Amino acid sequence: MALALGPYKFKECKLMPLLEIKNLYAEVDGKKILNGLDLTVDKGRVHAIMGPNGSGKSTLAYVLAGKPGYTVTQGQVLLDGQDLLAMEPDERAAKGVFLAFQYPMEIPGVASMTFLRTALNAQRRRRGEPELSTPEFMKKVRETAGKLSIDPEMLRRAVNVGFSGGEKKRNEILQMSMLEPRLAVLDETDSGLDIDALRIVSQGVNRLRSPERAMLVVTHYQRLLDHIVPDFVHVLVDGRIVRSGGKEMALELEEKGYSWLEKEPAEVGEKSRP
Amino acid sequence: MSVVSAEQDAYRAGFERFAQSQAGASEPAWLRERRSAAFARFVETGLPTPRDEAWRHTPLAPLTRGRFEPADPATPPPAPEVLALLPETDPRGPRLVLVNGRLSPELSRTGAAGPGVSAMSLKHALASRPASLEPWLARVAAGGATPVFAELNTALAGDAAVVLIEPGALLDAPVRIEHLGAGPSGRAAYSRTIVVAGRGSESRIVEVFASGAASARLTNAVSEIVLDDGAQLDRCKLQLEGNEALHVATLAVRLGRDARFFDHSLVLGAALSRDDIDVRFEGEGGECALDGLFVVDGRRVADTHSRIDHARPHCSSRELYKGILDEQGRGVFNGLVIVRPGAQKTDAWQMNRNLLLSPEALVHSTPQLEILADDVKCRHGSTTGQLDPAALFYLRSRGIGEAAARGLLTWAFASELLQKVKDRAVRAAVERQLQERLPGVAGLGEAAS
Repeated sequence: MALALGPYKFKECKLMPLLEIKNLYAEVDGKKILNGLDLTVDKGRVHAIMGPNGSGKSTLAYVLAGKPGYTVTQGQVLLDGQDLLAMEPDERAAKGVFLAFQYPMEIPGVASMTFLRTALNAQRRRRGEPELSTPEFMKKVRETAGKLSIDPEMLRRAVNVGFSGGEKKRNEILQMSMLEPRLAVLDETDSGLDIDALRIVSQGVNRLRSPERAMLVVTHYQRLLDHIVPDFVHVLVDGRIVRSGGKEMALELEEKGYSWLEKEPAEVGEKSRP
Repeated sequence: MSVVSAEQDAYRAGFERFAQSQAGASEPAWLRERRSAAFARFVETGLPTPRDEAWRHTPLAPLTRGRFEPADPATPPPAPEVLALLPETDPRGPRLVLVNGRLSPELSRTGAAGPGVSAMSLKHALASRPASLEPWLARVAAGGATPVFAELNTALAGDAAVVLIEPGALLDAPVRIEHLGAGPSGRAAYSRTIVVAGRGSESRIVEVFASGAASARLTNAVSEIVLDDGAQLDRCKLQLEGNEALHVATLAVRLGRDARFFDHSLVLGAALSRDDIDVRFEGEGGECALDGLFVVDGRRVADTHSRIDHARPHCSSRELYKGILDEQGRGVFNGLVIVRPGAQKTDAWQMNRNLLLSPEALVHSTPQLEILADDVKCRHGSTTGQLDPAALFYLRSRGIGEAAARGLLTWAFASELLQKVKDRAVRAAVERQLQERLPGVAGLGEAAS
């Protein structure tokens, strides 16, 4: 049986990208934001999405996570070849999608510890994995928090309530580190961070880089990409990718800004997956 | 009119029976007079009608149409299922158990109450400590704005849980008072509590109300609480009556100078639950905090009318009531803060927040300020809404299913008040109730921490 199926399965795994976005159109409150976006992301890769304000970067992040109110009018998103858009947000999470929010929510009355444990075990149940016991969970959360310089005492407090901007972002990375997603989408994770916080957050993200995990780093500034060095950089303008390149393109954008790209005709598609 | 008269005749017969009974007739004259006066006020006012402002949003019919004969004092003990509802007691503190309003010596623990506190039946207190009772009993909740059901209780409650806290006493363990319903449906229990907290004392009281699942009975409860100068008292009321029960309760509190009163009202049971709260500052520098949580589902109704009377200057009051309403549950919150002329430097804050989990749930919220002094700080507000969709999405984006995410956020809404409840066993009992009703919150709370 292994002989019959093995080689075929191997081939399929090798070829199937983790994420495929094909000709994606999406709108919010009747306003068209994404206009024919194509992007393919392989396992182990870090893609940066850059672009001017209002180009659709955050919308892309929310569409991938399944935020209500973000309506896909055309196109397809596949995760491991499966229709991601047909899944509920919690199902997407269990399949390995994680969105680090630009503005993490405050949840009064729910301790971070409770929140993390509920989320982690809900995902594990859904995947048919055993739940973590209290000692297993505590060990994991203490270790992870320590690496991100988060005082475990802080985790007894309500999720993000009274946290500074930097603490909220660190808490997002803590959640990501605990949940170990396969596709991490980081939405403007650098905004509002001072250089020390940026370093801690970037180190946290870099520790999670692995051949099995891909990342989509949405950012307005090149600064973050000094710390989280991407494999590919894409520029999003008016809801489509207008240019793709290597990490050096971020520097070029930093120098020239986006305006010169906004006037160029789109040349996309193939370049998004060099 | 004729209907009301017929009801009154029934109540009159009950009152006369009680007054002529051996227990009633052997009471001191002052108490007999107060009972008669209370009954006279009941007759004069009559049972409320839907035209009464204080009952406008609450379905009265089950309360006024039923002929609730007083429950038999010689009832069988409460059912095991009722006893199982009760939170664990602290063995160091006294426990008074009233069954259908009568103190049960078998279930109570009065002997080893410890220094500084006496806990006993009304009969015992009238015999041994009449001077401690006479200034207050049937006077704190009497006349004026006192609800007519409280007057009826004064006339008919044959017993009471009496708690006397000595001046300067600092009690480690809470005093537990349990009001249990037993016996057949269709009966009324008049259950009463009086607490006199001496000057500078510090104490905690937990009052629990519980009755069987499917018994349509009426509990008419009155708690009179007096805090002498500098006394501090933390009271928690846990209402776990059966789903068919009617529960009408009055809490009347008088605060002396620099006295501090904290109340936590946790309403989880009964088909119809009505609480009237009347707090009056009678000295300067007093402080009170009233917290309340009610949870209604099915077609249940919970109604709280509170009245905080700033009769003296330099007092502060804080009130936070939260409602969780599911299915066709109904809630009423009416909070009145009165600042009397001359009550300068009053600091009052009042807030009512309601969470509607179903489109059919309904709540009437009326915070009111009546300010007759000019140098005061008073704020009030009311919010009613559904769960925050952005918060729900945040939870779901982490893998928590929709039902569990809703349960968790509802739990969080309640937990702000629960965290302030000092008695761990009471907190755990409420958490158990919430866990039974909300998906996805098993394993949270006391048990998990």
